[in-house]
Amino acid sequence: MGMDMKEKIRDFHQARWDEPVIFELSAPGERGILVPEGGPEVEAAGKEAMAALPAGMLRAAPPALPEMGQMKVVKHFLRLSQENLGADFNIDIGQGTCTMKYSPKVNDKLAASPKVADLHPLQDESTLQGALEILYKTEQLLKSISGLDRFCLHPGGGSQALSGIAAIIRAWVDDQGLQDTKDEIVTTIFSHPSNPAVAKLKGFKVITIYPDPVTGRPDFEAFKAAVSDRTAALMITNPEDIGLYNDRIKEFTDLVHAHGGICSYDQANANGILGITRAKEAGFDLCFFNIHKTFSSPHGCGGPGCGVIGVAEHLVPYLPIPLVSHCEKGGRYYLDTDPPKTVGKIKDFYGVLPAVVRAYAWIMNLGAEGLLEVARVSILNNNYVFRKVLKMKGAGAPPYAEGEHRMEQVRYSFQRLKDETGIGFAEVQNRIFDYAGHIWSSHEPFIVPEPFTIEPTESYSKDELDEYLAILGRIVEEAYADPEMLKHAPHRSVIHHVDHDYLDDPKRWAITWRMYKKRFDGYFEPKKG
Amino acid sequence: MFRLGLIVNPVAGMGGRVGLKGTDGAESLARARELGAVPLAPARAGQALAVLLPALDSIRLLTCPGAMGEAAAVACGLPCETVDLRPGAETGPDDTKAAARMMADRGVDLLLFAGGDGTARDIADAVGERVPCLGIPAGVKIHSAVFASTPLHAGELALALARGKRPRLHLAEVMDIDEEAFRGGEVRSRLYGYLSVPGDRRRMQGQKAGTPKSEKAMQEAIAHDILERLSPDVLALVGPGSTTRELKRLLGREGTLLGVDAFKGGRLVGEDCNERRLLELIALEPGGNVRIVVTPIGGQGFLFGRGNQQFSPEVLRRADREGIWIASTQGKLAALGGSPLKIDTGDSALDRELMGYYKAVTGYHESVMVRVEA
Amino acid sequence: MSEKFVHPYIPNSAPEVQAEMLKSIGAKDIEEFFACIPEALRVKGLLDLPKPFLSEASLKRHVEGILSKNRTSGELRCFLGGGCWNHHVPAVCDEVNGRSEFLTAYAGEPYEDHGRFQALFEYESLMAELLDVDVVNVPTYDGSQAAATALRMAGRITKRDEVLVADTTSPDRLSAITGYLHPDMKVTLVGHDPKSGLMVGSDLAAKMTDRVAAVYFENPSYLGFIETEGKAISGAAHAKGALCVVYADPSSLGVLTPPSNYGADLTCGDIQPLGMHMHMGGARGGFIGAPDDEKFIEEYPSRLFGIAPTSHREWGFGDVAWERTSFAKRENAKEFVGTAAALWGITAAVYLSLMGPAGMKELGTACMARTAYAVKRLGAVKGVRVPAIGGAFFKEIPVNFDGTGKTVKEINKALLEKGILGGHDLSKAFPALGQSALYAFTEVVTQDDIDTLADALAAVTAR
Repeated sequence: MGMDMKEKIRDFHQARWDEPVIFELSAPGERGILVPEGGPEVEAAGKEAMAALPAGMLRAAPPALPEMGQMKVVKHFLRLSQENLGADFNIDIGQGTCTMKYSPKVNDKLAASPKVADLHPLQDESTLQGALEILYKTEQLLKSISGLDRFCLHPGGGSQALSGIAAIIRAWVDDQGLQDTKDEIVTTIFSHPSNPAVAKLKGFKVITIYPDPVTGRPDFEAFKAAVSDRTAALMITNPEDIGLYNDRIKEFTDLVHAHGGICSYDQANANGILGITRAKEAGFDLCFFNIHKTFSSPHGCGGPGCGVIGVAEHLVPYLPIPLVSHCEKGGRYYLDTDPPKTVGKIKDFYGVLPAVVRAYAWIMNLGAEGLLEVARVSILNNNYVFRKVLKMKGAGAPPYAEGEHRMEQVRYSFQRLKDETGIGFAEVQNRIFDYAGHIWSSHEPFIVPEPFTIEPTESYSKDELDEYLAILGRIVEEAYADPEMLKHAPHRSVIHHVDHDYLDDPKRWAITWRMYKKRFDGYFEPKKG
Repeated sequence: MFRLGLIVNPVAGMGGRVGLKGTDGAESLARARELGAVPLAPARAGQALAVLLPALDSIRLLTCPGAMGEAAAVACGLPCETVDLRPGAETGPDDTKAAARMMADRGVDLLLFAGGDGTARDIADAVGERVPCLGIPAGVKIHSAVFASTPLHAGELALALARGKRPRLHLAEVMDIDEEAFRGGEVRSRLYGYLSVPGDRRRMQGQKAGTPKSEKAMQEAIAHDILERLSPDVLALVGPGSTTRELKRLLGREGTLLGVDAFKGGRLVGEDCNERRLLELIALEPGGNVRIVVTPIGGQGFLFGRGNQQFSPEVLRRADREGIWIASTQGKLAALGGSPLKIDTGDSALDRELMGYYKAVTGYHESVMVRVEA
Repeated sequence: MSEKFVHPYIPNSAPEVQAEMLKSIGAKDIEEFFACIPEALRVKGLLDLPKPFLSEASLKRHVEGILSKNRTSGELRCFLGGGCWNHHVPAVCDEVNGRSEFLTAYAGEPYEDHGRFQALFEYESLMAELLDVDVVNVPTYDGSQAAATALRMAGRITKRDEVLVADTTSPDRLSAITGYLHPDMKVTLVGHDPKSGLMVGSDLAAKMTDRVAAVYFENPSYLGFIETEGKAISGAAHAKGALCVVYADPSSLGVLTPPSNYGADLTCGDIQPLGMHMHMGGARGGFIGAPDDEKFIEEYPSRLFGIAPTSHREWGFGDVAWERTSFAKRENAKEFVGTAAALWGITAAVYLSLMGPAGMKELGTACMARTAYAVKRLGAVKGVRVPAIGGAFFKEIPVNFDGTGKTVKEINKALLEKGILGGHDLSKAFPALGQSALYAFTEVVTQDDIDTLADALAAVTAR
């Protein structure tokens, strides 16, 4: 059945392999790969050493891993890969806040090069000049993009970057002897939950601001009431996940500074502001970017990612070490353990080099004009989608900023759909899998009821946006026409409804195959006794 | 087998369509009938029951004869058993209570009731927190937090439980409004009691926010935070509510669920205090070292004026603004969608004085700036 | 802003389609959409960035040009370790983690992203067999994060606020742990025997108060020796109601006893040896293994995937979700969950499936054999003392050069000229060991490599 281009909806069915759990593919004696032999002297030395080990240190029973021939392993995992919907396959604009943009293949090739992959972090720096140059130059690019003064490229993701930021804030407070007087951090309800979480990890009390119900921006009056001399820092996202840029942001940062605090910018939503506005002018002392969101490194199913921390000059002494510096004379790049008040290590070694290589390549490929176009088109795409979604029956945006445009993403609500048909976000989500789609709701708590968040990014063409909209529109139609069918979706995905009760009942959950085997026989038959 | 209890209050909601504000009492009921009102609750119950049909085989329905449930079940095609109740031509609160008690004794897994606040009050009287309950909204005045948002929603929650989903129970407030006052145009409500109600589960828990806490764990966290900041020389007047109940427990005494209890130095110095008692206790405090710890009551987001009128204008004036400590779980604030909390002390000048922003404690070392409006 | 800038990664940068979209929205210019951003906050003109390499060919040339300044472990003989090792990466591992179905996916549900859920459930399960535990999490950022998190978990489980850490712990890991635990928990170091390297029992006993949540040590140690007194250490901890947390090298567990067998309550570590290229330390994944006990499972801040039935008798998966039903003051910090290292988890699953029990045993044996051989050959070099500390080793040994009169720095420089990457300099972090370096011998090292190393050392240290 071909796709009717006017209808724009595919007759999709996801690959469905009914693939057993790998342990069931084991066959005694099969080998997947062989380990190199040593020479006879090596073998002899080895035997001696193992015999000399104290009793009990040698593993008695071999690990109960499956035994599989190589091709079988290949088949198993490649089949599983077919049961996975990467951004390379679907119109991934439904994973809002995740910035599912195109990860250029040339960058993957560069990152996979032996010149990146086969480097040991502790090699003599003279052998790592290429890698250090990339780290250094990427830092310079990020400095221009943000306006801040130094970057640490270590963190393995946005949340870990936030953790590093919280550590810096803590060190800065302690360094001034203010730990008993500056013990509060202010954030907003729409900021990523990792912001308050890391603040608490560092012993701060967290005060959260709700949005102004009319403008949707953080309520400035509430903010004024929250900030005091006890405020150590502001941790905030801008624009927030609902898609509105807080135009008063400078008043926010000024107020915190006036009380002797510092300001941290969660730039997970940087895609819509590249080249338009920066952390520095908005008054921020710290920021972080997600390399795997804004800067195109692929998401990897949930990592590896990379979060980079930027700071203003006065906070440089606290940065995790080592940084990468450049000797003007001689042009050498070197690892710099200089920051005298460093918070220490937050990640093993120096961060995620393959991600940084990709970010470097991406920025160097686009340049300043390109980055600005990325932001402009993300915003254009989002406003295009915004208008169309609002026209859909049952869908709405929260009543913030009525009539106003949005930045690069929008949080919508299916509350009306739920009221009118009984079908809410959860059912729509289950059905969108039948059309090769993703859709994401919101972080908790759900301030916006039945939320869904769409972020088009700059990577999808107009006809792809139209295709996604057609899918969403079709599902809304189905909700009004045949809600029962939706309640039992997905119908054309890899599997059918998962019984979540087995995942939150301590007596029934099985986090590993061995736990499953201990509790169940066959197909979830509880073991007797 | 899922044992479902069902009680329909056939007279609930009859006032609404004909412009009356309630049908408590035989007089107003008669008036409603004169005006042509017809029973509403049975149809609403039917809507909820219809949702249960797919799980027919795993449900044993226990209800009351005739208009109090059987009729609705039969109309729906749901087989049922009835309790031994012999209501008169006009059913009343005693019938509701008797039926509820019988169903609780028979060990129902969920007690569904169709009615309004009055019906909820009767159920609360009869079974308290003994058995999980859920209201099918069919009354005119729904101020209690024990009802599902729609009959359909009630049916869905019941269906989920019937299919084996473990209920996440929490205590929800049962409110009642002074009928006389209401007909006279005044809204004066009080917190009547609590029912144990299944909540909606949130599918996304645990994915991106670390380990979530249950409502109860969050209430404990709030209590610990407040306790940490209450110095022994302070008189703490703790208002009613399930959130503040946790604080009372930590302070060493169960306290009254529905009333205001006074604590000082970790001791209970006043139990279920009325306005006069509160004023007496406050008078003993030098320099007015008073804290008023309150939580929004009911689903309407009222901080003062609905269910804790012991905090009269007189009492409130004696604690300054910094002395008013608000406790509320994030879930409750989120349910209000960021709307301000309301106050209605009866003294509009005081209301205006108290307006503004407060730090509401939402966890241990966590707070939210809430706006309080008159 | 040039409207003519059209880029292959930005389909809607084409002017015609932009015009069409603007028209459909009813706007004249994209500027209108972000008009609310105040002038004072706007970037004037363009960002100050270098001239771009717009074509793929020129970009590739530029980046490869920079990368060519690196010298890889393939071009040199690499004997570096210290937490990152040059193990063999099976081609099948690269094949699977290069698949863009996995590479470009993210946070979908257990339906359209069923593959990832199953692969990671299998990762958890395979690791559980290797570690001999019941529960393993979806990977966290790296071994240091796993160690730090495991210690915080111990703090929450025992409701105590101090941890005892072996002072032979990797200095970087110690820094990460101390930082992550600050300010809620205190880190106290426990001493080691200067000859055997093992934890000093009396020092442990003296410091093991009832404020201690856990004792932590690494096995093999950062310095390469095998800690043989695990049972005694965990016994001392348990006697005082504390937990035992062991940081283990997964590549060793085909031959060495898993820590859970000698009393470890939590086993943590890094999966880099299981199929990940070194990437200059940029390919890491942390694991935490625990028993099937609610009081442990409840404390994981990371994701745990479980298996569940579906309405059509298929294998389904999902996040194991639970609610904490009570509050404990110490758990105030519930940590955080974020994008960490899922693709590496899948890679490790592929690796373990290829290796199987026989392969993991051969791997461990191969590492031990090469290391044992190296001890002999290097020990024969005049002025070289091997080991600098410790009795039994797995795949790394600390080598002391005090007898040569040369510093590690000098020796490594000379070795590099011969195309050899010498061991990591330990002299700053472990001054008691003098001029010592940490040498690693994985299964890819050949007897010839070791002979060449020994000869080279002899040459560069000759007076």
